[in-house]
Amino acid sequence: MRIGDHDWSLDAIGRHRWRGRMEPGRLLALARAVKDEGGQLVALWGTDDRRDGAGFGIHAAFLTSAGLAWVSSALAADAPAYPDLAHIFPQADRMQRATYDLLGIRAEGAVDERKWLRHNAWAEDEFPLRKDHAFRPAVSPRGPEAYPFIRVEGDGVHEIAVGPIHAGTIEPGHFRFSVIGDRILKLEARLGYAHKGIEKRFEGMDLATGARLAGRVSGDSHSAFAWAYCMAVETAAAATVPGRALWLRALFLEIERVANHLGDLGYLGNDVGLAFGFAQFWRLKEDWMRMTASLFGHRYLFDRIVPGGVAVDIDDAGRAELDALARRIGAEARELKAVYDEHPTLQDRFADTGVCRPELAAQLGLTGLAGRASAQAWDARTQFPQTPYDELDVSMATQRRGDVLARAEVRFAEVHESLRLISDILARLPAGPVHAPLEPVRAACEGLGWVEGWRGEVVVAVRIAADGTLDRVHPHDPSWQNWPLLEMGVLGNIVPDFPLVNKSFNLSYSGTDL
Amino acid sequence: MAATLILRKIFKTGFVSEPAPHADAALRTREQALHAEILKVFGQAVAIRHVDAGSCNGCELEIHAVNGPHYNIDGMGVKFAASPRHADVLLVTGPVSRNMEASLKRAYDAMPEPRWVVAMGECACSGGMFGESYASCGKVANVIPVDVEIPGCPPTPVALLQGILAAVSAGRPHAAG
Ligand code: SF4
Repeated sequence: MRIGDHDWSLDAIGRHRWRGRMEPGRLLALARAVKDEGGQLVALWGTDDRRDGAGFGIHAAFLTSAGLAWVSSALAADAPAYPDLAHIFPQADRMQRATYDLLGIRAEGAVDERKWLRHNAWAEDEFPLRKDHAFRPAVSPRGPEAYPFIRVEGDGVHEIAVGPIHAGTIEPGHFRFSVIGDRILKLEARLGYAHKGIEKRFEGMDLATGARLAGRVSGDSHSAFAWAYCMAVETAAAATVPGRALWLRALFLEIERVANHLGDLGYLGNDVGLAFGFAQFWRLKEDWMRMTASLFGHRYLFDRIVPGGVAVDIDDAGRAELDALARRIGAEARELKAVYDEHPTLQDRFADTGVCRPELAAQLGLTGLAGRASAQAWDARTQFPQTPYDELDVSMATQRRGDVLARAEVRFAEVHESLRLISDILARLPAGPVHAPLEPVRAACEGLGWVEGWRGEVVVAVRIAADGTLDRVHPHDPSWQNWPLLEMGVLGNIVPDFPLVNKSFNLSYSGTDL
Repeated sequence: MAATLILRKIFKTGFVSEPAPHADAALRTREQALHAEILKVFGQAVAIRHVDAGSCNGCELEIHAVNGPHYNIDGMGVKFAASPRHADVLLVTGPVSRNMEASLKRAYDAMPEPRWVVAMGECACSGGMFGESYASCGKVANVIPVDVEIPGCPPTPVALLQGILAAVSAGRPHAAG
């Protein structure tokens, strides 16, 4: 595969997905080449490969013009280190710090070496994702440890500390605002509160249970994670999934996108005092969830995507019902869009609030729906489609303003596009089985899955051991890249607008805390 | 004009707290029973403080849903409070991550008595898929006393309401300590 002037000798491992191994120095050169051609770093993680006399591994997934490239470098068993990538791709910063906290693999030359996922649950010299670290060690309670926030000093500057428990129903996280009056000078998030050891939990699991866990990395993106995980496992096991199952997976993914977008559009109205918007969109969302439950047996489609296919089918009556509801919701969302468009307070609060300009978005790697609202025109369903998206012709929604209004506009456009896709999928669903059991795995193998979830690209890398159990799973949520942009987007805004800006991104805590 | 469009939509929508044919018949009796129960116990209303102690955020989706127009919880006297100091019920989701253990205890300690703790979802009831590990304390009862456990992954809005009812109608709550 060529990037820039170079052939990087990567091998295709499925559609639009590539695999390569190289020296750490060459990894750095590849990162530069990807940056130069306008690509991005998507994910970065580590592995403990000491089982067969090797050391550790560092892995990166790059978004390139040819698709997603998964590149690894072998590192020493003693004091493993690789060159810092955050000076090329700033979004690597927290991923590198998490990799150190979990595995003790250092990014050499990194500016920021503060801990990230480690609060006080384990000691500084302990690395829970190393294979010789127990899943459930005897825990000795440790006192709380301070986190070195970056301080802003000067006349009239003061700090507001919020969280980890918030006033509303929000996931746990800490936000440290430095303000003058009501203006935000700096915001720094401290996350990791929801860290519950998901990656360690995967180790030794059978493949089917792994799919259930993958779907619970971030519950609001259940189908995205479950599909990405299954794609990785099926790639590793060289399995062929029945066509109807792939179409049903896309149906589930679009149902999930519509559900989340409807909920967010309601909350965005609510956050500017338009309770009408909340009531209307949540009425539509509830109708949608109930239909999902009655057709597929679960309101959020949990555990409906399984290795080898899907666990549930749809009949003709169900297709007609879902199609009719999709059309009704489309029509009602259009009416509500007219209200949002005409509502002067809402427009005033949405416009020019929480701005991420396209240049900043490109520089820091803003991705997914928030990225598309800041002119980052990437959508795997459009540019790097897997079956059935290659036959669905997805049209991508983009905006340039990068404010709350733009993120709302992208959601409106995507609701309609997803509803159109749902009707299209229902009409063209191929006949046949919805599941084909995987052949047992008899040799160690690996695979990568990549799905455009409602929030952005979800990537799951999997290594299966020779006994057929999971050796290592790394699930990646797009919130990793987007959290730092939320911090930039609120600069100069007033504190009371923070909930609105935060909701317009609606990032996952659990998905990145793991 | 936004106002005209809003009014037109409100009239067209009508009342949706009216149940849909299949799932809602059960819900309505529940709503009425719950309302009566809350009136009996509190004379007026019950305030709930939710704490996410490390959930996957799936349970939160249903807490949001229960605040929607189909369920009309305000009409039943159920309110979500912004602080544990204003709450009768602590609704906890997720396994308790070790990174949230201290905060959860602090929220519980801040509540006035009488107080009830409702563990919502498989994770809060048993540790769920995440279990007990270097990073997770497992179920909520491992960290603070629990009055009611609502199974489900996530529990449906109806199950959530039933669990809250079970909590507030169940005799004496936990004493301090
Ligand atoms: S019970 Fe299920 S939905 Fe709730 S936090 Fe646990 S995994 Fe998520």
